[in-house]
Amino acid sequence: MQLVLEKRAERSGTIALVSPLIAIGLTILTMVILFAILGKNPLLALHAYFIAPLTDGYSLQEIAVKATPLVMIAIGLSLCYLANAWNIGAEGQFLIGAVAGSWIAVRTQGTDAGAWVLPAMLVLAAAAGALYALIPAICKVKFGASEILTSLMLVYVADLFLDYLVRGPWRDPHGFNFPTTAEFDPVATVPLLIEGGRLHLGSIIALLVVAAAAILLARTIKGFEIRVVGAAPRAARFGGFNANQLVILTFAVSGALAGLAGIIEVAGPVGHLQPGISPGYGFTAIIVAFLGRLNPLGILIAGLFLALTFIGGEQAQIAMKIPLDVTKVFQGILLFYVLACDSLILYRFKLVFPNRQVTRGAG
Amino acid sequence: MVIEGIAAGHLSITQRRKLGAAFVPEERLGHGTAPRMKLSENALLTGHAASGMVHHGFIDTAATLNTVDRATETFDVRKAKRDPEAASLSGGNLQKFIVGREILRNPAVLVVSQPTWGVDAGAAAVIRQALLDLATAGAAVLVTSQDLDELAEIADRIAVMFHGRLSAPLATSEASREKLGLLMGGSSLEPKEAAHAVGA
Repeated sequence: MQLVLEKRAERSGTIALVSPLIAIGLTILTMVILFAILGKNPLLALHAYFIAPLTDGYSLQEIAVKATPLVMIAIGLSLCYLANAWNIGAEGQFLIGAVAGSWIAVRTQGTDAGAWVLPAMLVLAAAAGALYALIPAICKVKFGASEILTSLMLVYVADLFLDYLVRGPWRDPHGFNFPTTAEFDPVATVPLLIEGGRLHLGSIIALLVVAAAAILLARTIKGFEIRVVGAAPRAARFGGFNANQLVILTFAVSGALAGLAGIIEVAGPVGHLQPGISPGYGFTAIIVAFLGRLNPLGILIAGLFLALTFIGGEQAQIAMKIPLDVTKVFQGILLFYVLACDSLILYRFKLVFPNRQVTRGAG
Repeated sequence: MVIEGIAAGHLSITQRRKLGAAFVPEERLGHGTAPRMKLSENALLTGHAASGMVHHGFIDTAATLNTVDRATETFDVRKAKRDPEAASLSGGNLQKFIVGREILRNPAVLVVSQPTWGVDAGAAAVIRQALLDLATAGAAVLVTSQDLDELAEIADRIAVMFHGRLSAPLATSEASREKLGLLMGGSSLEPKEAAHAVGA
């Protein structure tokens, strides 16, 4: 007797939309049990996580600020995943983008460089992120190396490189030996949308990226190529589409978006380059991409939801002394349930008895 | 390989299509079409190169739907709605759509593999007639089939592939079952040998 996963013949559209909601429900249920084990009141904890951040203007802005890099990275990742290219290293591309953009900010510090500084930083960050993502893409296309492993391993290279820079050559001489660059000049800073608030121009850029991805996927031949290469590889080859070319393209685009998100984070909310600029945006964005069904609008909603868990986690830590790591546990459980629900929607379990097996396909 | 006087051996699939080459593969779902995509998207799959479906990188949805409608009308494709997923069609109807999609592109060369494999008799007749009409209109049509009756019905000339070698083509009127059987068994139909074999 054998338990196998069998692909379901029919596939309903509504259940595909309901699946992430089921996953969120199951995750919250699991969290209730977890909070109870931690000895916290589950209802209060859930309130701190999901309701309290929505009740005041400051944390609402903060949710949008946290969602900005998540959405930008996840949009890029969704293009990769749709094309069956598995970029797991967005965190590294994010850091390299932050480093590359910061280079201009550090070099122009204290000079009278003008308004070109920020645009140049954004462009350089996107280019650096794209080039960094091309390393695993080219290794996959040329040598058949697993892009999952190579892109992931390059995260740690980027992390240590950033660490070296801020502890060594780029360290602020007046920074009391803290591993950070000096605060960026105003020309090297992402402008705020509301004076004195937290919302910055990056959120607008993220919305533009969502709109561009929606148009790309629904209306253009490139978007069609990306979808068909992932959905039916042989049909795509028959159609004359080159899967390797799309691996290169989608990795480059997702690297560029991650790099852009990196410099926006550093030149925006953070204000200088330092270790720990990302609470794992590049990894959380993988969850955002799948929770959003690899759909641009879905990703926007999922990005806001996961941003809420970051803010809620901070609130829960302050109000109830719940460890911040619980947020990561939450995100991990959520990904687990999203993938599990998807598997059960596309496949069903079936018991196979070898002695009663019927051979098929005699014709 | 030469299409319309242009050497096409080194060209990409898309470039060959632009020269008027078309191909209907044996497997309908997963090769000939993307099963979970709409018919209009599957029309785009082979039509994107030359048929005015793409303008400056943007898909002309009206043009892709138009192809679906024309294929539906000309080849009597039965489906539940105007633009369903490919996988929702029956085998015969999907095959009619695929053959129709290629023929509507007005190919100079059409290569078809197992055109009526697993297709009901009505749909098979429609497909065979469409291949004949295309050949009459001046296109080169190459059919690969295991169905000898089908070949006898639609082919002008028949050649047999054995162990990777193609025999000299026979006119269909001369291609008796015995000769084809010998070729399929690997005989090269040398006059004497063939006479002997047929005599026996």
